Amino acid sequence: MLYREAGQFKTSYATDQQIFPIRQDRVAVVALAALAFVVVPLIATQYWLSAILIPFLIFALAALGLNILTGYAGQLSLGTAAFMAVGAFAAYNFVLRVPGMPVLLAFVLAGGCAALVGVLFGLPSLRIKGFYLAVATLAAQFFVVWALVKFPWFSNYSSSGVITAQKMTILGIDIDTPLRKYMLTLTIVTLLALAAKNMVRSSIGRAWMAVRDMDVAAEVIGFPLMRTKLTAFAVSSFYCGVAGALYAYAYLGTVEPEAFTLDLSFRILFMIIIGGIGSILGSFLGAGFIVLLPIFLNIVVHWLNGVAQSLFSASLPASITSNLELMVFGGLIIFFLIVEPHGLARLWQIGKEKLRLWPFPH
Amino acid sequence: MSGGGRRIGEVILRLEGISLSFGGVKALSDISFDVREHEIRAIIGPNGAGKSSMLNVINGVYRPQQGTITFHGETRRDMVPHQAAMQGIARTFQNIALFKGMSVLDNIMTGRNLRMKATILEQAIHFGRARREELANRAKVEEIIDFLEIQHIRRTPVGRLPYGLMKRVELARALAAEPTLLLLDEPMAGMNVEEKQDMCRFVLDVNEQYGTTIVLIEHDMGVVMDISDRVVVLDYGRKIGDGTPDVVRANQAVIDAYLGVAH
Repeated sequence: MLYREAGQFKTSYATDQQIFPIRQDRVAVVALAALAFVVVPLIATQYWLSAILIPFLIFALAALGLNILTGYAGQLSLGTAAFMAVGAFAAYNFVLRVPGMPVLLAFVLAGGCAALVGVLFGLPSLRIKGFYLAVATLAAQFFVVWALVKFPWFSNYSSSGVITAQKMTILGIDIDTPLRKYMLTLTIVTLLALAAKNMVRSSIGRAWMAVRDMDVAAEVIGFPLMRTKLTAFAVSSFYCGVAGALYAYAYLGTVEPEAFTLDLSFRILFMIIIGGIGSILGSFLGAGFIVLLPIFLNIVVHWLNGVAQSLFSASLPASITSNLELMVFGGLIIFFLIVEPHGLARLWQIGKEKLRLWPFPH
Repeated sequence: MSGGGRRIGEVILRLEGISLSFGGVKALSDISFDVREHEIRAIIGPNGAGKSSMLNVINGVYRPQQGTITFHGETRRDMVPHQAAMQGIARTFQNIALFKGMSVLDNIMTGRNLRMKATILEQAIHFGRARREELANRAKVEEIIDFLEIQHIRRTPVGRLPYGLMKRVELARALAAEPTLLLLDEPMAGMNVEEKQDMCRFVLDVNEQYGTTIVLIEHDMGVVMDISDRVVVLDYGRKIGDGTPDVVRANQAVIDAYLGVAH
């Protein structure tokens, strides 16, 4: 089926303002959901689920959170990992200390705690912008990790500061296999992504973008600057907090504060830069690029090595192959940023616009 | 040209003794004037006379050191931008201040933000009140799009538009708020004659159809003299003339300010 809008007439504002106004997009989204919810569980191996898909979804969620703050509201942040840490440790403590606490509620409350911390560290955004704000959010990064190590209460006085995620039970079902963890993560990520899409096409999303693009005009038009910025910090940190809780409960199982370093914040920032700043889809594409590509490269390099071995009965030493992966990865990042500085999502959008008119150039 | 069916009413905005300085630089000194309901009030003056500062004082971007602002019977020292917007003051900017990353439609929708009351949670689910508000406000925005004849660029990101259309979109965004007082900062700057004529028509139509009171800064004397009811003339932050276009045109101080004086 061609990607065309021709013949799809909209006769009401309701149909024109649907979440996916073009029929082909709706079909694609439903197909993708069917793939993720039905096909993947049927065919994916445990390794694929627990080592590739679950982290991909969790990073996509964290990237989505950062994208709301940086991409939509224009507030640069380097505290993403810190907000994830708050989410992970808050969820742990809620389940640990509140008897009978349902895990999903703990996740929501963990997101709420992260949102509070986010608002607190978002306060400087009222006075400073851009790179200076990024430096200010570094404070969150270092403070949160320091606090989690310094006060052993957070990790329930475990000697090494490591927390072990409790067993998850939802509606009487133990979430213990990779498949169940994958389904839980996928459901949460899908719902939150839809909510994000709805927010950015509503009044609050326009408020964020207005503040990002021209804050004086936004204020004159009636958007309260302080509330808009702090809401962005709250919503973004909520997403990061839930991602952090999933990181501990659905992916790693045991985490320590040091897992949430500045390194992780940067990784998530790179995801949205490569995927597309100010794009929901871009968060997923960027997470895919950063999480999946190294694995893919690893497979390709191994395969090439195997071919080389059978042909020339010689293979590259392991030190070279592993560095080769990194070199190709770095090269690809630079390549994509040169081809399209606005990220993979923009490439996708340009492709769609071209397809609409194809095969006619105008 | 002006006049017609509309009736100029009571004074709705009164500025008294407004003085504004930035450090040692006096931008405005002791300026008083008023604006009546439904009228088109022009502010003119040479470059650096303080015209834009005057607008910034009216809608609260700048806070004057002295003087009072009376709007709709409420007297205060200064306005706060958010409060000004709530009270029905909308404006356009001299250097277009559109939201570059958003479509024309979204830009105009931002003008309606004060009428949207749904909470974030409702917006995230996009159900009930949030959805109803989106649709109702979209209908209103479409009215304005029709009024300003910009239907064809509805979905275009504003960053891609030519200058003249950007100015028109900015006017649309201001109108979307259904303001009672509209401040236009050089709406015709940088336009060719045809675009200026279009813009004049829109300004007059807005004034007549919606009864909006308009305060306008403009350099094109032909335009100012044609469409405005009363004119304030500023020079070096002082008021040197005030009255109908004919009175102002005959004012010696104004002529000196524009043509220069022999020393």
